[in-house]
Amino acid sequence: MRASRFTRLSLIIVTVSIVFLSALRRHGSAAADDAITLQGAGATFPAPLYERWFAEYNKLHPNVQINYQALGSGAGIKNFQQNLVDFGASDAAMTDEEMAAVKQGVVLIPATAGSVVLVYNLPDGPAGVRLSREAYVGIFLGKITQWNDPAIAKANPGVKLPDTKITVVTRSDGSGTTFIISSHLTAISDAWKSGPGAGKSVNFPVGVAGKGNPGVAALVKQTPGAIGYVEYGYAKQTSLPMAVLENKAGKFVKADIKSAQAALASVVLPANLRAWITDPTGDDSYPIVSYTWLLCYKKYDKSNVWPELKELIKFGLSQGQSYSEQLGYVPLPASVIDLDTKALDQIS
Amino acid sequence: MSSSAASPAALTEPETVGDISQPPSSGEVLWDRVFRRMTLGIAGFTVFLTIYVVIRIGRVALPAINSYGAGFLTGTTWDANRATFGVLPAIAGTLYSSILGLIGGTLFGLAIAIFLSERFLSTGLENLFKRLGLEGLGFWATFPDRIENFLRVTIELLAAIPSVVYGLWGVFVVIPAIRPPSQWLYTHLGWIPTFGTSLSGPGLLPASVVLAIMVLPTISAISRDALVAVPPKIREAAFGIGATRWEAILAVFLPTAATGIFGGVILGFGRALGETMALAMLAGNANVLSWSIFSPANTLAALLANHFPEAGGVEVGALMYAALVLLAITLIVNIIGTIILQRADAALKGLR
Repeated sequence: MRASRFTRLSLIIVTVSIVFLSALRRHGSAAADDAITLQGAGATFPAPLYERWFAEYNKLHPNVQINYQALGSGAGIKNFQQNLVDFGASDAAMTDEEMAAVKQGVVLIPATAGSVVLVYNLPDGPAGVRLSREAYVGIFLGKITQWNDPAIAKANPGVKLPDTKITVVTRSDGSGTTFIISSHLTAISDAWKSGPGAGKSVNFPVGVAGKGNPGVAALVKQTPGAIGYVEYGYAKQTSLPMAVLENKAGKFVKADIKSAQAALASVVLPANLRAWITDPTGDDSYPIVSYTWLLCYKKYDKSNVWPELKELIKFGLSQGQSYSEQLGYVPLPASVIDLDTKALDQIS
Repeated sequence: MSSSAASPAALTEPETVGDISQPPSSGEVLWDRVFRRMTLGIAGFTVFLTIYVVIRIGRVALPAINSYGAGFLTGTTWDANRATFGVLPAIAGTLYSSILGLIGGTLFGLAIAIFLSERFLSTGLENLFKRLGLEGLGFWATFPDRIENFLRVTIELLAAIPSVVYGLWGVFVVIPAIRPPSQWLYTHLGWIPTFGTSLSGPGLLPASVVLAIMVLPTISAISRDALVAVPPKIREAAFGIGATRWEAILAVFLPTAATGIFGGVILGFGRALGETMALAMLAGNANVLSWSIFSPANTLAALLANHFPEAGGVEVGALMYAALVLLAITLIVNIIGTIILQRADAALKGLR
């Protein structure tokens, strides 16, 4: 036996690797034709809506493939700053400092909006429990620990609240959802402002934490007496009861598309399209609402990227808005879409 | 490898034996060399990779190590907004949940190992077959062995379940199941610090229960091997002096295999320390320092998994620092485990 097992083995390895490498090459050259892949990364909050946009857009333009990685707002901004993606997405608009780090310049495009709701789990308890500002700030600060606390009972005359311990459920991972609710709490409460403060991950004084909207929803569902915050679309899907919150005008408002639109209407977007709706005015405004932004470079180096991306965003701003309501997002007001379209024209 | 030292002259010596044994051809010699270099290279690369990972993590962690120092290990708040970082609750949670999980895992793992290694099942089944007149009949003769093998493989398959599945199972099955007994313990024995808070949902206990199941296959497999390796001489001697089966197991076999079993426990400990996903879903991710097994807690691995994606600036350094702390803890535990296993091997060699 002259040809040893080793020799044969090495022959097999060489053949396999040649076949494999050539397969890789063929795959690579096919993708390079006139097809284009747009890379995006960022917020998880609007991800279901964006993914819907991208899927629908891909049906109309099969040559455009969009990879959107829902890594979270912070990671979206980081990847965007490092030029790893063609566009980013974030629930917290970039700060001036963050924008300064991008040398091509940044254009922020509000792409959709959504509200954050407080979902709770009260065994055979009432639906639509009303929470005053004092009550929900107190709950998240750990000052109100029982569901039958006078601060909650006062706003719910005639409702029998159980003598159950409140378990606050928060997000364990950094997230835009946390940013939105903590900014709101900071705006309405000095105790919160000097305590936990606002940010993508906040040092909550009480409670347990779950990963992502699904983690929070699962914990709330599993824990009698729990209250947690998730985005509106997610709460609707899981059919957990949502608390009715007191707004700036002192009115109790249910979370839905209409009340969120009222909140958006209360704020006029400035020229840079960056607005923090931390505490909207108006009788019908739901208090915890935010825009979420697409991040684009002011100037794109690769000539073929921007025309396609522009078409894609335009699609999202027009036809894309019609998917919003069904997925639990707020369709943008016409005035905002006008401003967005103007902003898109600044980009080259 | 003595062949590597063979001089070229030895290779060219004339061969007189038939074509079955021939001197290696030059191609075979070359391949042999290449192969040896390759294995050396790949093995070296693995070592290099480990060191590289540690150095890279250390470099990113360095600013945080400089600015937080030892206070990082004793601090109790993790607040990225205020740039205050401390991992004491996470270290405590990591060790507490791992030790609790290990106690459960060892109890069950060891019981399984004894059951499988001491042929309880086979003896029982063989007696049954004898009574039915089936003994030694083809299929039935091997049946007990087969079923024992099946059990062993099934338990080892527990190690193949992804940890996120364990996490989900914990949230939807374990937590609701242990809530009523936990509530009872809290109301009746709440004066004992370990039952000092009520179980709201996620917490140390559900995390530990799931951890126990996750480390069980490691412990049971290694313990079984250690028990099987108890020399027959010792077994026979134990029964020879009139020990009952239980006396033999508890007083002779277990002590003989103890070092091996302990090594398995330490390896299970290493696995429990590094477990991430299931704990992130079950421990509650709250930076709480408490003796209560019902209290929510945090672990180092869960802290990293939760905070890293959104971290920026100083928090990244702090997270890397926490990663180094975790690395150090697991490294120490694994080194201890390896040393114990080596001792066990050496001790048994003398007995064979």
